[in-house]
Amino acid sequence: MTELTIIDAIRTALGRALHDDPDVILFGEDIGIDGGVFRATDGLVQRFGAARVRDTPLSETVIAGMAVGAAAHGLKPVAEIQFMGFIYSTIDQLANHAARLRNRTRGRLTCPMVLRAPFGSGIKAPEHHSESMEAMLAHIPGLRVVVPSSPTRAYGLLLAAIRDPDPVVFLEPKRLYRSMSEPVQDDGVALPLDRAVILREGGDVTLVSWGAMLSETRAAAESLAGEGIDAEVIDLSSLKPIDRDTIRASVGRTGRCVIVHEAPLTAGLGAEIAADLAEHCLTSLVAPVRRVTGFDTVMPYPKLEDHYMPSVERVRRAALDVMEFS
Amino acid sequence: MSEPLRFLDAEGGCARELPDFARDRETLVALYAAMVRTRSFDAKAIALQRTGRLGTYASSLGQEAISVGVASAMQDRDVFLPSFREHGGQLWRGVSMEELFLYWGGDERGNDFAGPTQDFPVCIPVASQFPHAAGVALAMQQKGENAGAVAIGGDGATSKGDFYEALNVVGAWGLPAVFVISNNAWAISVPRSEQTHAKTLADKAIAAGLPGEQVDGNDVIAVREATGRALERCRAGDGGTLIECLSYRLGDHTTADDASRYRDETEVSPHWQEEPLIRLRNHLVAAHDWGKADEEGLLRSSGEAVEAAAENYLATEPDPARAMFDHLYAAIPEDLAALAEEAGDD
Ligand SMILES: Cc1ncc(C[n+]2csc(CCOP(=O)(O)OP(=O)(O)O)c2C)c(N)n1
Ligand SMILES: [Mg+2]
Repeated sequence: MTELTIIDAIRTALGRALHDDPDVILFGEDIGIDGGVFRATDGLVQRFGAARVRDTPLSETVIAGMAVGAAAHGLKPVAEIQFMGFIYSTIDQLANHAARLRNRTRGRLTCPMVLRAPFGSGIKAPEHHSESMEAMLAHIPGLRVVVPSSPTRAYGLLLAAIRDPDPVVFLEPKRLYRSMSEPVQDDGVALPLDRAVILREGGDVTLVSWGAMLSETRAAAESLAGEGIDAEVIDLSSLKPIDRDTIRASVGRTGRCVIVHEAPLTAGLGAEIAADLAEHCLTSLVAPVRRVTGFDTVMPYPKLEDHYMPSVERVRRAALDVMEFS
Repeated sequence: MSEPLRFLDAEGGCARELPDFARDRETLVALYAAMVRTRSFDAKAIALQRTGRLGTYASSLGQEAISVGVASAMQDRDVFLPSFREHGGQLWRGVSMEELFLYWGGDERGNDFAGPTQDFPVCIPVASQFPHAAGVALAMQQKGENAGAVAIGGDGATSKGDFYEALNVVGAWGLPAVFVISNNAWAISVPRSEQTHAKTLADKAIAAGLPGEQVDGNDVIAVREATGRALERCRAGDGGTLIECLSYRLGDHTTADDASRYRDETEVSPHWQEEPLIRLRNHLVAAHDWGKADEEGLLRSSGEAVEAAAENYLATEPDPARAMFDHLYAAIPEDLAALAEEAGDD
């Protein structure tokens, strides 16, 4: 088995999908000869040709809208948005069309497309290149929003997203693209969508996070272990739909929950999870649900970036707080 | 600037030599009948809306020649992507009046066409159908379908980025797509003159390196001829075309609009002399023996078809509440299943 980073795993999954299914087509800005700005598609145009790995004109509206049309007419487009900061003009197409085509035609036309975009901060990128606006997308009924957290999960979830008969936004934690590697088998096996996964079992407090923030969350869990606190770490993974049962069951065991995300606080997904726990787990909870998130500020430029990002220490302190509460 | 393509003048006289299809009586009668049926449908839809039995409705009064002409040039394997004012084209393509009533009455089942199963439902967010047409055309090109994607939007739609951006990729990739502008001179209350400083909307093709052509949108023969040629270009692998059809919105923007707030009746009335049905009828009478009995028979059968469709529509039970969950995803996700239960079954 080869050791792959997340970016390698994504490229491997894309190659596998192109190889297995002649209807799969890739398009986006600079994804052909240049292999994508993060090299997610490096070498694919050479293997599969310029008809199936296409450089689009510079238009996010067209990338998303053309994916809708192509998907409805029998292709399986996997389109790339270069950075999440440029995803906003696709939201019209995602919300008004991709996410509702099946419903509004009662299943006559469907939209099996994937929109990939790197998201998140932590690589000292220029303005508009570090956003985490996943909650806006998770708000859209009819869409799926998926975030991988490891090379293995990136490979399996991307294959699942491409094979899914409905539109999926696949958000790639770019801080993790090359920060870890592990053996990944290119066996064409997809992972299940719509599922959260427990990365670390523990009985004292549930820590829920996704994407790059799982690094800080896991580090905090290790540090808490040194203080005798046994944290359970859940990778939400599917931001829409949310695997509520897994979270409720965990909090049912621990009675405590801290949600960690890089995205801004207000109306972030942490709020949805906290509300769900308030509605369904009140009698299990022994402490208030806490959120550790990006501040409600505009994403700062690189010099202040580290101050914005939830740190291991903030996560650790929040967990200690809820432990102290009861 | 050349004159817009026109075969029949406002009185029905021949402005130039007719194309072959337009010498065939049966073809012309079919085009005329389609426009008459569209107008009957329109009148009934407005009547139903006024009596609280249909939702807000966008009339195509005066513009029937555009989508009928466009659709009549298409083949089954082509795909139609209409805006919200192109009922005549949808009917020509085989969408039923009952389905259209269902749609405008607020029932998603109206978009589940039994006829043209690849056609898109009407597009409400202005101009957002043009990128879809590029995508459909891409799929056609990729699969070697030898077909074309035909999208229609209004004059107002040409001010949107979606329109330009989609037109651009059609040019850049040589996609088999036809973009038709249904220029009815108004975008709700904003006249064409305030929409853009461009001389013609067809000129907007220049920036994309595509052919752009103006046609008389009240002459169904011209619309069909121009669309037919554009689709031939698609099939020959010669790429896309922009067609601007000049017409006029004789009615309100929709049943929710009151056009007297922003335009004078004196501006509207001359356009009644230009409307598309009279000229084709005059031509049929002069050149093809179209008589009083033919006309009355057509009006009667159109009226009956509309009434029958309306009756079926009005007798259709609404879907159960659960239907709003059933088609959101191929299979209902767990967290949604819980909400579906909460919504109940009726
Ligand atoms: C993106 C968008 N903005 C605004 C509206 C509201 N609206 C509906 S129709 C319309 C005018 C459209 O004018 P035009 O494109 O000329 O088409 P017409 O209605 O004349 O057929 C507007 C502003 C909309 N549907 N979509
Ligand atoms: Mg208009």
